[in-house]
Order: sequence, then structure tokens, then C-alpha cells
Amino acid sequence: MRSRGVVLISAFAIGIVIAILLFSSMATGQTAAAERGEAVYDHWCEPCHAAGLGHPGTQSLEVKYRGELPAVLAERDDLTSEFVRTMVREGILMMAPFRKTEVTDAELDDIAAYLTE
Amino acid sequence: MALPPNVSERDFNRALEQFSNIVGSEWVFSSDEDVALYRDAYSIYWGEPEERVASGAVAPDTVEQVQAVVRAANEFRIPLYPISTGRNLAYGGSAPAYSGSVVLDLKRMNRVLEVNERNAYALVEPGVSYFDLYNHIEERNLNVWIDPPDPGWGSVIGNALDGGGGWTAYPYRDHFGAHCGMEVVLGDGDIVRTGMGALPNGSTWQENKWGYGPWVDGLFRQGNMGVVTKMGFWLMPKPEAYISGTATVPDDEGAVGLMDTLNLLENTGIVNGSTQLGGGGAGGAGFGGGGWSLQVPIYGPANVIRAQLDYCRQKFEAIEGCTFTEEPLVRIPLSPEDRARVRLVNFGIPNLSTFSMLGRSPFQPNPAGGHIGFSPIVPRRGEDLVRFRNWYQANAAEVSGGENLGIIGPVFMTNWERSLVGLIMFPISKDPEHNSKIRDAFVRWVELAAAEGWAEYRAPTVYQDLIASTYDYNDNALTRMREKIKDAVDPNGIISAGRYGVWPRHLRDA
Repeated sequence: MRSRGVVLISAFAIGIVIAILLFSSMATGQTAAAERGEAVYDHWCEPCHAAGLGHPGTQSLEVKYRGELPAVLAERDDLTSEFVRTMVREGILMMAPFRKTEVTDAELDDIAAYLTE
Repeated sequence: MALPPNVSERDFNRALEQFSNIVGSEWVFSSDEDVALYRDAYSIYWGEPEERVASGAVAPDTVEQVQAVVRAANEFRIPLYPISTGRNLAYGGSAPAYSGSVVLDLKRMNRVLEVNERNAYALVEPGVSYFDLYNHIEERNLNVWIDPPDPGWGSVIGNALDGGGGWTAYPYRDHFGAHCGMEVVLGDGDIVRTGMGALPNGSTWQENKWGYGPWVDGLFRQGNMGVVTKMGFWLMPKPEAYISGTATVPDDEGAVGLMDTLNLLENTGIVNGSTQLGGGGAGGAGFGGGGWSLQVPIYGPANVIRAQLDYCRQKFEAIEGCTFTEEPLVRIPLSPEDRARVRLVNFGIPNLSTFSMLGRSPFQPNPAGGHIGFSPIVPRRGEDLVRFRNWYQANAAEVSGGENLGIIGPVFMTNWERSLVGLIMFPISKDPEHNSKIRDAFVRWVELAAAEGWAEYRAPTVYQDLIASTYDYNDNALTRMREKIKDAVDPNGIISAGRYGVWPRHLRDA
């Protein structure tokens, strides 16, 4: 019985370890994409979308949303990947689209991960 | 798939295949979706047949790849349109001057090759933006400034080549004037280095502009004789401090003394900053009424610029009715408080805040989208300043057909040495009807200005022929000379056909 219990406990422990590893792997994957995305976002998006005066994207969204949504993109929790991709590739108003030599498709996925996680 | 003019689908596909072999297939763009990213977001012909659009794009990473792409383009007679960062918004963006061209996208060539602190210069590739160069310098804590234009995402090389300028001290804010040496791939794929760069084993490429013999760098300013792949720029050592004062005169008569005094102070090197002219009832001026104001900034050691500003005060207060006020001295590096209140581009810090002015704001909840400008060069004399203002006001209603088209003018700019710019800004949108009215107004202003002896220094691609036609002394002798040079260095007319009104032989007769 004792040995059986040890086996059961060991199996349980292994299961937990595997679960933790799986979870942390998933978590690491998401975090890595978001971390990369944050760096790309800081380079390409922050000059317009950071908080404070002198950022035309933030200024524009303040007027558009009138406080109903955060004007700073990085503070939003309602953005979807598809919406982010559309804005970057199609632009809006004065914001011109970004070419793939500026923001690659992989970098765009990372930005989307950063803004949607 | 769009094709370049007079190129078969078979040849275009063979050219694209060669481009792929040179740069890698992931850096050749020919799908409609990818090519659409090269449209000019601020096109005054958006969605209309006359919109200038590309047939494809190719993005090399090295100068050797640029040479190979140019040679392949020659083989198949593919017109190429080089762009650097492609952010030349209001002047064509990343779209070609000649529809059907393949955009030669140099954004991947984004290396800062050298920043020499001791001799205060930089050598960069076309894809380097002002943000990139600024970050490179600040990360290394180097004692030099860049001179950013309004939008910091532009290319250091591209802005200089298109005739752009910035907002710190002279001579650095004349970006082409501040360059020193370039490397160019010509239309046949040959490569040249200008100035001292032609001296093998030399080390003064970025220290002497002229080298030996006829100077050719100017051919590549607003030019289409080749693809600039490297360019040197003189940088300003970071100054200790900044000070400014503002002279105000009560009427148009005072503007004469104001301009004469400005010219004296700049031409003797007392004022080196980018001065700001306002007032006079001009549209973009900030304060209405009849008076004029002029802010004169000076960079340098604190005690020296203090004395220079005293001299400015003495000279301005000699003008009848002129008052002179001073702003507090600003130490460099900026304190957090100063950084929050100053105009950053005046302190060598790139940003994008200029788009706040024309984008959505509490004052403008429904902006049109983009803008283009007509910026004629005007003599820097008070009489001409007033004449231009009166001319604009007398014609504005007629030019706009009695409508309020949202045109803003004139905004007088004194950032170029020796002459004024009388800027007129035109809002553009995605609405063809609105854009059509704006086009009519733009053309009319060009015609009216040319009749007065005023003409543009830089233009959106769709108006480069129009503006070039106003520089028609001696039966367009200047354009004819440029065409002869174009035919010699780019015999197949591959590079940037039509840019700034210079067309290759096979398209001149078309």
C-alpha cells in the first residue's frame, strides 16, 4: 500500500510538474511575444500614442472617446488583434499605414499580442 | 497585378524573380495587398485614375544589392523609385512620381555607420530616421546634436535630399547644406563617392565638402540621377545654453526694420537659432491685428549668448515703436521642467507632435486627413512680406471659389537663411470632390505666385512638373540642362522618372 501510495503521489506530483511546465511554457510564449511587441510598439507607436501632451494619436483619441475609453492605446483592454492589424496596415486620418519594411508581419503579431494581452 | 508601363507581364515576372534572387523573396512585394502599403496616404488624387501608384517594391539591405537591383531593372527597363523611410508625407510619401514604377525601398538599410564626436559628423544609410540617429547618440552619451525636422520618423538622408530643414542652429538646419559627402549608385549600377570620398584611403570624406573638380552633390538634391546609399552630415556640438527674445512692431511699416535687423543679426552670426515670425494679420501667425512679432533664439555659452541678446535688444529697439521682451535662459541638457515646456525640435529632440496641429483636436474634431503645402520663396524684406500678405488676402476668396476649403495661409517661415517662405497649407481627404477643389486652388496659387516672381522650393510629386514649369528662364534652359545630364548618367531612364520635373528621354516625347 505504501509503495502504491508513493507511486500515486509521484504520479500526481509529476502531473503537477507537467502542468506547471505546460502552463509556464504557454505563459512564457505569450509573454515573449508581448515583450517583443512592447519594444516594437515603443519604437513605432509611442511617439504618437504615449501619454501626455505632444502625442497626436492620444490627443485624437481623447477627443474621439471623451473619457469613455482610455486615450492611451497601451491602457486599453478592449482591443483585438484584427483591429490592431487593420489600423497598422491601413492607417486612419493622418496616420499613414506602416509598410512591411517598417513593421514586419511577425512584429505586427507581437504588437497585437502586447496590446491585447 | 499592375505592370510598369511598356513592360510585358513576362518581363516583369522575370525582373521580380531576379529581384528575389538578389534580396530574398520576402523582400519583394508584388501582391495587391503589399503594394497598397506604398500608396501615398496624403494623395490629392486618392482613389482617382491620376493617383501615382507603384507596381511593386523591392527592399535591398546592402549597397551591393542596390547595384544588382538597378542592373536588373536596366535589363528589363523597369522604372525604379527609391525611397528612404517612405515618410515624406505631403510630398508623395512612399508612392512613385511615375505610376507603375517599382519602389526601391531602402528602409532596411538603417545603419548608423559612424558618429564622430571629435569632428562632429555622422555617416548614415538611407533608412536611418531622426529617431534612430538621436537614440544612437544618446545611448552613447555623445556630445553632439542632431537637427530634427518636425516629424522625427523621417530619413536623415531622405529629408536632406528632398530639401527639408529643421529647427536648431544654422548651418545645421539646412539639411542638404549640412551634408558632407555621399555615396551614390548611378542609373547604370556604377557607384561613386563624392567630394573627398573619391580619394582612396582618405579619411576626410565627412570633413571637406568640395573635394576637387566640379561638385556634383547638388545633382542628387531633388534629383533622379542615382540612388544615394550613404551620406555624411555635420553635427552641432551640444551647446551650453539657449536664450531668446521677441521683438514686436506695431504696424506694417515696422516690418521693414524688423526684417532688415533680422538679416543683419543673422548675416553677422549674432542670431543662429531658427527665428519665428508672427502677426501681421497673416493666417498662421498666432496674433492678429496689424503688428508683427519676431522671436530670435541664440545657442551658445550662457555668458556669450547673454551679450548677443543684449546686442539684439539694442538693434531692435532702434526701430521706431519696437518693443523687445526676453524669455528665460534655458540650460542644456534640459531640466525635466524645461523639457516639458519647450519645443523639443529646437533642442535636437525628434518627436511627432507636429501632427497634433493638423490632426483631431478640441479645435478640430473632424479633420480632413492629411495636408499638402505650397511654400513659395519670398524676398526677406519687410515690403515683400507685407506685399505677400496683401496678395494672399486679396486673392484668397477667389481662389477658393468663395468657399471655406480649410486652406490656411500665409504662414511665414524664417528658418531658411536669407529668404522667407510664405507657406499656404491645404487640407486633403479621401473625398474626390473636396480634393478636386483643393487641386484647383493649389494650381491657381502656383500661377498667381509665379506671376509675382515667387515659386515653390519643394513640392508633392503630382505638382513637381507644374512647379518646374515656373522656373522657365530662357525657354526652360535649366530643365533642358538637367535632362542632358539625366540622359548621360541614367541612359535607360531607370531612376525616379519625372522626379522634380526631370524626365528621361523616352518619356519626354510621350
